[in-house]
Amino acid sequence: MNFQKIGQVDSNLPTRRFKESIFRRLCQLMVFLAVGVLVLLLYHVTHTGIKWVDSDFLNSFPSRFPEKAGIKSALWGSVWLMGFTALFTVPLGIATALYLEEYGKKNWFNTFIEVNIANLAGVPSIVYGLLGMVLFVRGIGLGRSVLAGSLTMTLLILPVVIVVSREAIRAVPQGIRNSSFAVGATKWQTVWHHVLPVSLPGILTGLILALSRAIGETAPLIMIGALTYVAFVPEGPMDGFTALPIQIFNWASRPQSDFHSLAAAGILVLLTVLLLMNGVAIWIRQRFQ
Amino acid sequence: MQIMFLVLMKERKEEMKQNQGALSKLGSLAILMGVLFSGCGTNEVGGDGLSGAVKVDGSSTVFPITEAIAEEFGKSEPRVRVTVGVSGTGGGFKKFCIGEVDINDASRTIKPSEEEKATENNISYVELPVAFDGISVIVNPKNDFVDYLTTDELKKIWEPGSTVQKWSDIRSDWPATAIKLYAPGVDSGTFDYFTDEINGESQACRSDFTASEDDNVLVQGISGDVNALGFFGYAYYAENKSKLKIVPIDNGSGPVAPTQKTINNGAYAPLSRPVFIYVSTESAKRPEVNAFIEFYLDNVGSIANEVGYVGLPEEVYTLAKKRFQGKVTGSAFNDPKNAGLDITELLK
Repeated sequence: MNFQKIGQVDSNLPTRRFKESIFRRLCQLMVFLAVGVLVLLLYHVTHTGIKWVDSDFLNSFPSRFPEKAGIKSALWGSVWLMGFTALFTVPLGIATALYLEEYGKKNWFNTFIEVNIANLAGVPSIVYGLLGMVLFVRGIGLGRSVLAGSLTMTLLILPVVIVVSREAIRAVPQGIRNSSFAVGATKWQTVWHHVLPVSLPGILTGLILALSRAIGETAPLIMIGALTYVAFVPEGPMDGFTALPIQIFNWASRPQSDFHSLAAAGILVLLTVLLLMNGVAIWIRQRFQ
Repeated sequence: MQIMFLVLMKERKEEMKQNQGALSKLGSLAILMGVLFSGCGTNEVGGDGLSGAVKVDGSSTVFPITEAIAEEFGKSEPRVRVTVGVSGTGGGFKKFCIGEVDINDASRTIKPSEEEKATENNISYVELPVAFDGISVIVNPKNDFVDYLTTDELKKIWEPGSTVQKWSDIRSDWPATAIKLYAPGVDSGTFDYFTDEINGESQACRSDFTASEDDNVLVQGISGDVNALGFFGYAYYAENKSKLKIVPIDNGSGPVAPTQKTINNGAYAPLSRPVFIYVSTESAKRPEVNAFIEFYLDNVGSIANEVGYVGLPEEVYTLAKKRFQGKVTGSAFNDPKNAGLDITELLK
C-alpha cells in the first residue's frame, strides 16, 4: 500500500513541476511588469528633463519664461518644510511610542489611543490638509507659513512614525530591560541607556522613510494654500513658501510643452532628494548598529 | 515605502545588537541638519532696500499679469517677498475680505455680499483696473464646422436646464456628436461675468461641465478633446494659439473674433471687460505694498500686452495711480451713477 502511494506521487510529479514552473514564470512576469513601468517612467522623465537640469535651474526662481525658470524657491521651501517637520515629529513620535510601549498599561484608554493611531495612519492626506487649514492656518492664525505647512505634515506622518517606533522598541529583547532592572536601574534609566539606543536605528529609518513620504505630498499643501508664484527663499518659520511637488504640479498644468519639460526636470530634482534621504536612512542603519 | 520599511525592520530584528553609543551619535546628525539650514538664507540687497511680504491671490485670468509684474518687481526689489496664488476671483475675495491677503486679482468687480464681509472685518479697498480682457469661446482645432456662435446660441448651450447635448442641438446641420463643455469654476470671476452677460444672471448656468479655477487645466482639456467647447480669458488663448481654435461671437452685428484690436475698441461685445486688482488700504500703508502697486501701475501697460491682454490707455493708468495715492475707496465700476460712462471718465 505504501508503494502504491509513492507511485502516485511519482506519477503526479511532471504535472506538479509544470505548475511550479508556470507559477515561477508568472511571478517573474509580475516583477518585470512592475520594474518595467518604473524604468519606462524614469526613462521618460530623464529623457525630457535632464537637459534642463543645471546649476542655473537650481539657482533661479520661477519665471514666466521657461528658459529662465528655476526651482530654487521650491527646493529650499521643501528643505525648510522637512526640517521643521522633523523637528516636531521626532520628540512627539518617539515620546508617544515610548509611552505606549514602556509606560502605558493595557487599559481601555490606551487601547483606544492605539486603535486611533492605527486608523489615522490610513487617513487620506487631503483630510490632513483640511485639518491643517482650519486648525493652523485659520485657527491659530499661522497663515500660509512654513510653520503651518510643517505642522500639517507632522500630523500626516506622526501616526506612521509612532507605529514604526513602537515596532522598533518592541523588538528590543526583554532580557536587556530585565538585566538593567536587576542591577537597580530605574525605568527612566533603562529606557534612556538601553532601550532607546538599541531601537534607535529602527526609529530613525522609519522617520526618514516617513519624511520621504512627506516631501512628495502635494494635496495637503495645496489645501493649506497653494502658492503658485513664490520667488524667494523662506528666511523664517513664518514666511510663505512653495515646495517641490507644488512647483512640479504648477509647471505640469501649464499647456506649453517647455513647462512640461521643466516639470520633468523638477521631478528629477525631487527624485534625487528622495534617493539622498533614503541613502541617509541606510547609512544611519549601518552606522548606528 | 511601507514594504521597504518592513524589510528593513525584519533585517534589523535579526541583527539586533546592543549599542550604547548610539545616542551620542545623534549629535552628528544634529550638526548635519544645522549645516543644511545655514545655507538657506539669501543676503542679496538691492533696490530701495525694502523688505517684507506682499500677498496676492485671486483670479487665474489676472494671474499671468501679476506673475509677470511680480517677476519684474523681484528684480528691482529682491528683498520683498511677493507671493501670487490662484484661487479664482471669488476664492481670492474670501481671503481678501478677512484680511488674509493684501491684494486680490479680480476678473470682475466686487459683489455686494463680499463688500459686506469686508466691511464687517473693517477692510476697505482701492479698486484699480489693470487691463482689458475678452472672454474667448474656444473649440478644439480639429473641429472644422463651428464657424461662429451667436450670443443666443451661447445662451442655449449654457443656460440652466439646457437641453443641448449634441452639436446638432445647436444648429441642425452640425454633426450629431456629443458636445463636451469646459468652463472656469464657480469661484471664477470669468464664470460670473460670462453667466451674467450670456445667461442674464451671475452664476446661473447648467452644471454638467468640466470646471477648473485654473485656466491651464481648461486649455489642456479642450486641446485634447475633439468635441470640446469652453471659454476663458483671452491671454490663455493667445499663449496657446496652435492648440486651440477661437470662435467668433455674433451679438447681432456680425461675428467678431477677439483680438487685441477688437477687445480694445469694444467691437468684441459683450464678452470684453476690464480686469482689476483690489488693494487693501490697510496693507497699502506698508511701504513694500505701496511700492509694488506703484510698480504695477507703471509697468502693467506694456506687460499686459506682452502676456496676451490689452493694456488700457495710458491716461487710465495715470488716473488709477492718482486714485491709489489718494486712497479713494469703494468700487467706481459698481456705482450705478457711473453706468454708461467709459473707463476714463469713470475714474475721474
